[in-house]
Amino acid sequence: MTADDAQVIGLTLGTAGLSTLIIFPFGVGLAWLLARKEWPGKSLVETLVALPLVMPPVATGLILLNLLGRHGPIGAFLENTFGAEIVFTWKAVVAAMAVMSFPFLVRTVRLAFEEINPRLEHVARTLGASPARVFATITLPLAARGMLAGTVWAFARALGEFGATILVAGNIPGHTTVMSVAIYSDIQLGQDGHAYQLLGVSALLAFAAILFSNHFSRWGGAR
Amino acid sequence: MNFSLKNLHLRQGTFLLQADLETSGQVIGIFGSSGAGKTSLLEVVAGLRQPASGFIAVDERVLMDISTRKFLAPERRGVGYVPQDLALFPHLSVRKNLTYGHKPAALSPGINLAHVAEVLEIEPMLDRPISDLSGGQKQRVAFARALLASPRLLLMDEPLASLDHELKLKIIPYLKRIRDEFKIPMLYVSHSPDEVIELCDRVIVMRGGQCLRTSRPGEIFEASTSMALKPGIYDSSK
Repeated sequence: MTADDAQVIGLTLGTAGLSTLIIFPFGVGLAWLLARKEWPGKSLVETLVALPLVMPPVATGLILLNLLGRHGPIGAFLENTFGAEIVFTWKAVVAAMAVMSFPFLVRTVRLAFEEINPRLEHVARTLGASPARVFATITLPLAARGMLAGTVWAFARALGEFGATILVAGNIPGHTTVMSVAIYSDIQLGQDGHAYQLLGVSALLAFAAILFSNHFSRWGGAR
Repeated sequence: MNFSLKNLHLRQGTFLLQADLETSGQVIGIFGSSGAGKTSLLEVVAGLRQPASGFIAVDERVLMDISTRKFLAPERRGVGYVPQDLALFPHLSVRKNLTYGHKPAALSPGINLAHVAEVLEIEPMLDRPISDLSGGQKQRVAFARALLASPRLLLMDEPLASLDHELKLKIIPYLKRIRDEFKIPMLYVSHSPDEVIELCDRVIVMRGGQCLRTSRPGEIFEASTSMALKPGIYDSSK
């Protein structure tokens, strides 16, 4: 394995980890709102969150490109306010991974919240606990395994992200080339052997993540 | 306890709960068949559901008065709630379940972990996980947990409904001990005439979301021929 390969793997793990960290609080918050509350526009938000699951990733990438590009509403704001450029940088890789893995986190964590008997939370309230204490001492511990499983699923999805990433971040070696993009690039250039090496690493990481996630899901289910 | 419900309206889909009554007693039964609205009424008293209108007071304490926008949150109502499925916290030990809502001794003289555990005979299981307990043991832990929060009012939602007859006979004396030893007013939901006669001094009869009447249990059930057990029969199991 070359230094370039290590850089690609490092960039992939780093951006996938960062995107998972960024979406975690929003994903958990939204999952709780969807599982426990009724509010106007809930169906619309549910649909929007699920869109990246069913839309072609390249189409999601195109939307991101229009939003985050220099002339897009978010991209222009970030550039004018913070001087930050997003597209075709590692930040665009993180953004693409975050958007594509967000539905995995929300759906898994929402299920974990929905599996908790609401009467446990009701009884805790009558025992004198504030809503915040109920969430911290009853809801979170009981949903913890589902949350962990959802986080690992999201991370694994981010590791394999390709379609949106290539459109919004491109393939700039040392800057935006993640494993999936490097494999595609190697195949295009006829470097099949190198592509298979990266494929092996990619499969190993995905296998470990899914094994870990399934282990915690079963552990949670057997509780 | 004086229990006052005025102009209560709670709509849940096509079901409408309506109540307007005033009664008093140490243990007030809420009797009716499934779907009568007993659990909904209890949840309104606990503050877990907010009706469109209504006023609820226990003695002089107003728990809710929608006309003046007063609605005490469940944690401020001072009620101990035992739902039908008990809702014991599965990730906590028996001891941690019991102390979850326990107030300091200064606030609740006479109600402390040692005393309640002794009365309900749960000392040997304090450090066990909830999943290790039998049905009857879980029942007693749920009673103890509600008691240890030093409630002004205990709300019991068919606590014996899921138990077989033999286990019911074993648990009834514990409920009597709670009634007689701790003297905390209780709203006791049941669809069993035997339990109501055994434990309650007043009873509210409900059907289809309406409170039909309130009276002494004897006045309602003495003509019943469907009772398999006569009053007092539970005492023979002591």
